[in-house]
Amino acid sequence: MVDLSINFAGIKAPNPFWLASAPPTNSGYQIMKAFEAGWGGAVWKTLGIPVVNVSSRYGSVNYRDTRMMGFNNIELITDRPLADNLREIEEVKKYFPNHAVIASLMVETRKEWIQIIKDVENAGVDGIELNFGCPHGMCERGMGSAVGQEPEVLKTIVEWAKDAAKVPVITKLTPNISHITDPGLAAYQGGTDAISLINTIKSIVGIDLDTYAPYPIVDGKGTNGGYCGPAVKPIAMNMLKDLAQHPEISKIPLSGIGGIETWRDVVEFILLGATSIQVCTAVMHYGFGIVREMDAGLRAFMDTKGYHTIYDFAGLALPNVTEWKHLDLKYKVIAAINPDKCIGCDLCYIACDDGAHQAIARSIDLKNRIPSIIEENCVGCNLCSLVCPVENCITMLRKDDGTAHVTWAERTNADDIPTSFNDNRAGGIGHFVPKPTDALKS
Amino acid sequence: MAEYNRPTSEAEFQNNFKQKKPLMNPTEAFYESARCLFCYDAPCIKACPTHIDIPLFIKQIQTKNTEGAAQTIFNANWLGNTCGLVCPTGVLCEGACVFNHQNIMPIQIGRLQNFATHKVIDSGKEIFKVGKPNNKKMAIIGAGPAGIACACELRSLGYQVCIFEAKNKASGLAVHGIAPYKISNEEVLNEISYLQNQLGFEIRYNTPINSKEQLQDLEKNYDAIFLGLGLGKTGALEIEGENKKGVIGAVEFIEELRSKHHHLKVPNKVVVLGGGNTAMDAASEAAKMGAKKIVLAYRNSKEKMKAYKFEYDFAISAGVDSLFNLVPIGIVGKGKVEGVKFAKTELIEGKLQTKNNDVFVVQCDLVIKATGQAKQGAFYQLIDHLKCDNQSRLLINKETFQTSNPKYFAGGDAVNGGAEVVNAAYDGKMAALGMHQWLTK
Ligand SMILES: Cc1cc2nc3c(=O)[nH]c(=O)nc-3n(C[C@H](O)[C@H](O)[C@H](O)COP(=O)(O)OP(=O)(O)OC[C@H]3O[C@@H](n4cnc5c(N)ncnc54)[C@H](O)[C@@H]3O)c2cc1C
Ligand SMILES: Cc1cc2nc3c(=O)[nH]c(=O)nc-3n(C[C@H](O)[C@H](O)[C@H](O)COP(=O)(O)O)c2cc1C
Ligand code: SF4
Ligand code: SF4
Ligand code: SF4
Repeated sequence: MVDLSINFAGIKAPNPFWLASAPPTNSGYQIMKAFEAGWGGAVWKTLGIPVVNVSSRYGSVNYRDTRMMGFNNIELITDRPLADNLREIEEVKKYFPNHAVIASLMVETRKEWIQIIKDVENAGVDGIELNFGCPHGMCERGMGSAVGQEPEVLKTIVEWAKDAAKVPVITKLTPNISHITDPGLAAYQGGTDAISLINTIKSIVGIDLDTYAPYPIVDGKGTNGGYCGPAVKPIAMNMLKDLAQHPEISKIPLSGIGGIETWRDVVEFILLGATSIQVCTAVMHYGFGIVREMDAGLRAFMDTKGYHTIYDFAGLALPNVTEWKHLDLKYKVIAAINPDKCIGCDLCYIACDDGAHQAIARSIDLKNRIPSIIEENCVGCNLCSLVCPVENCITMLRKDDGTAHVTWAERTNADDIPTSFNDNRAGGIGHFVPKPTDALKS
Repeated sequence: MAEYNRPTSEAEFQNNFKQKKPLMNPTEAFYESARCLFCYDAPCIKACPTHIDIPLFIKQIQTKNTEGAAQTIFNANWLGNTCGLVCPTGVLCEGACVFNHQNIMPIQIGRLQNFATHKVIDSGKEIFKVGKPNNKKMAIIGAGPAGIACACELRSLGYQVCIFEAKNKASGLAVHGIAPYKISNEEVLNEISYLQNQLGFEIRYNTPINSKEQLQDLEKNYDAIFLGLGLGKTGALEIEGENKKGVIGAVEFIEELRSKHHHLKVPNKVVVLGGGNTAMDAASEAAKMGAKKIVLAYRNSKEKMKAYKFEYDFAISAGVDSLFNLVPIGIVGKGKVEGVKFAKTELIEGKLQTKNNDVFVVQCDLVIKATGQAKQGAFYQLIDHLKCDNQSRLLINKETFQTSNPKYFAGGDAVNGGAEVVNAAYDGKMAALGMHQWLTK
């Protein structure tokens, strides 16, 4: 029997599906509705000294017919008075004592931190999340990512919070930084109980071609916003991996955020070491109801694999994420086209010919357009299999027999790597390249 | 003029009866499922008589949780696979899809549904759980869609279930009545086996229940009884010459067609009487069996036909001709059918009048009567205190599906007088819940 309940750094929840601190957690009404729909926890919209927001707040990147593939916002933290939020937190906890309610906080001075932590604890929160992430507006005021980008400052504030808090403290990181492990380690050293990531990424999602203003446009002007949604998932996962593989930071639980929408996303984040996940954009797009797809999918996955709790598979992908230099240079795959499935679009041909290694030939049979792989030219880059519009039409087949194995690191140790510009150990030597003038023939 | 060649082999039969909704391949399912908007409070769910969570199962297909998609479908509808293929989706879920409002092709919900359920049925993967045995026994009369759905639900509630079926196959009209271009016998029966293998209800074939003694036996040995008998044979027209060779009821014609395929010989000239979906099916099927001239004759005007427009259009595209405002008054021919004698009709002051002075004969070798199935009135008289309406449709409590005799519950065609598989599937499931409630309260 699958048991989805979690204990995240001491914060208990019936399942790992949490709402990220954002508009969906703006009010008690929304959070109660979400819990009814099946969410296990919610990080309240960041509390602090209430702000004033602009009108026209969101922009998006639509990829073809897919709306909000990437999403950006120029909203700040809550614009509602603290007292209203506290009252509603209390009410939510009364109705849902076993769900996780976490207060996201962002203030400036130590005095303010101590005060607001006391306030939310009195209201009954199960944990607090320090928002060091917001990349617009708040940072201009010395908060949010302005803190998240300064590990020393971040560490100090984590220490303040830990000092003041009785409930577990989660530190939420900004991705607007070169090495996520820098603020990650600072938070760890400051004594944080857990880390959540990522907050939004600084972005401009588009420019209006008549007014020349960036979206979202506020009376003819715009500003950089915070990017999130499906587009940021790969960035979030990479950062999550960095923390989960870190010898020290990995000792504390990690909450994964960034582009999560389906059960697959959830499983991927857990495999990379997250033990709770948070969602914002997908809920802003489809409402709380999407949790039913995540829930059913996660359960089915765990059932099939025979896992009882998410801890049974948390982090299982981590050993397989290694450094480039440890990858096997003898491993060799080659593309294969299934002629029964091919629809003759020749996208693979042109992708390979113009964008890769000239390893696909067009059909010489006038009756069809099924291309063929020139095996000796194929470097096994995967490109054709990625562009092919037909499910399972191009597959990459393993060609080496698995007996030989050598990595860049080993070759380096053995002094067997190219060292000069025209070194004959270059990987491309002997590989077919057409004559430049072949390009000119019709 | 129909232009199908008479099928002389199974392959030719299959070619003439090509599936209207062929199984999707993974690529098609991928693109089609990507189109669904995941509407909030989706209108398609409301339009489905079994209220399948359509946006959810489509998203599950998109995220490659096909098994989860099938689970979502079966959770609401035990005959999810059959329904995906045979439901008139254009007037149900797909008719309600929001894309219609912008004249964009609606999501092909039926085919996506079939994609997911067909895949798990094919894999044989077990996804259902039998309920904890409660040592209570239920009898079901009729292994049609209503009876099967009832059996599945009862098994998942822990009841022991025995179905008594008059024929030698389960699934009722789904295998005997529905047009072969909508679903193959194999597809229907595979779903039933898939359900039966996991849920383990018993079906006693060739066991018609038609005597008071049998019923008393059932009443004694079972805690409650579900009536899912559907409708009876084609009713009589009561016209001269009706018993001549070459006059057949539509349901009987289709049943023969479904079991004999290309071995059934359909002559060149066929008249189909009626204006409902069964008439449309019979006419299209006659065309696909190689008949050359098929005349669909309906007593009232085209607008008054009960058939869905798409079914009429389908018959016309198969080469069927249609005549309106005429009523058969006799079958002519020496010994066997040679034609149907019609009288013209006219709508006068809202009433259809026969003009007995305007009479003519349409020549044919086969007459198919699609003028309605008889109800099971005679059977119902064997059961005490069982109430029907004036059209011999069983009366039930709309929430519990209990009949006026508390031991009996009912659903499907027997109650609605003839609707769709999906309605029968819904009724069967709801009746099981009603039976459970009655026995546990
Ligand atoms: C020609 C035709 C075409 C159709 N096309 C479609 C379509 O395309 N799509 C669609 O959704 N629906 C279609 N339908 C309707 C659909 O088939 C029925 O609504 C559905 O099968 C009703 O299910 P049921 O279980 O109530 O009854 P049935 O399917 O009629 O099943 C009743 C079962 O009870 C058995 N039985 C009857 N009496 C006894 C007895 N005394 N003892 C034991 N067993 C008994 C019968 O043998 C049968 O197996 C069509 C119907 C017809 C006639
Ligand atoms: C409109 C909007 C407002 C947000 N406000 C906050 C906030 O107040 N505090 C915070 O910690 N994160 C905030 N975020 C960031 C989200 O919590 C989350 O980290 C980010 O959107 C990535 O997740 P996603 O891809 O699921 O949207 C906001 C995001 C959006 C889109
Ligand atoms: S989403 Fe709601 S608040 Fe926002 S612009 Fe539309 S109607 Fe207004
Ligand atoms: S991309 Fe795929 S479908 Fe298109 S030609 Fe290549 S193999 Fe065929
Ligand atoms: S109405 Fe159409 S688009 Fe909306 S959820 Fe249903 S199938 Fe999808």
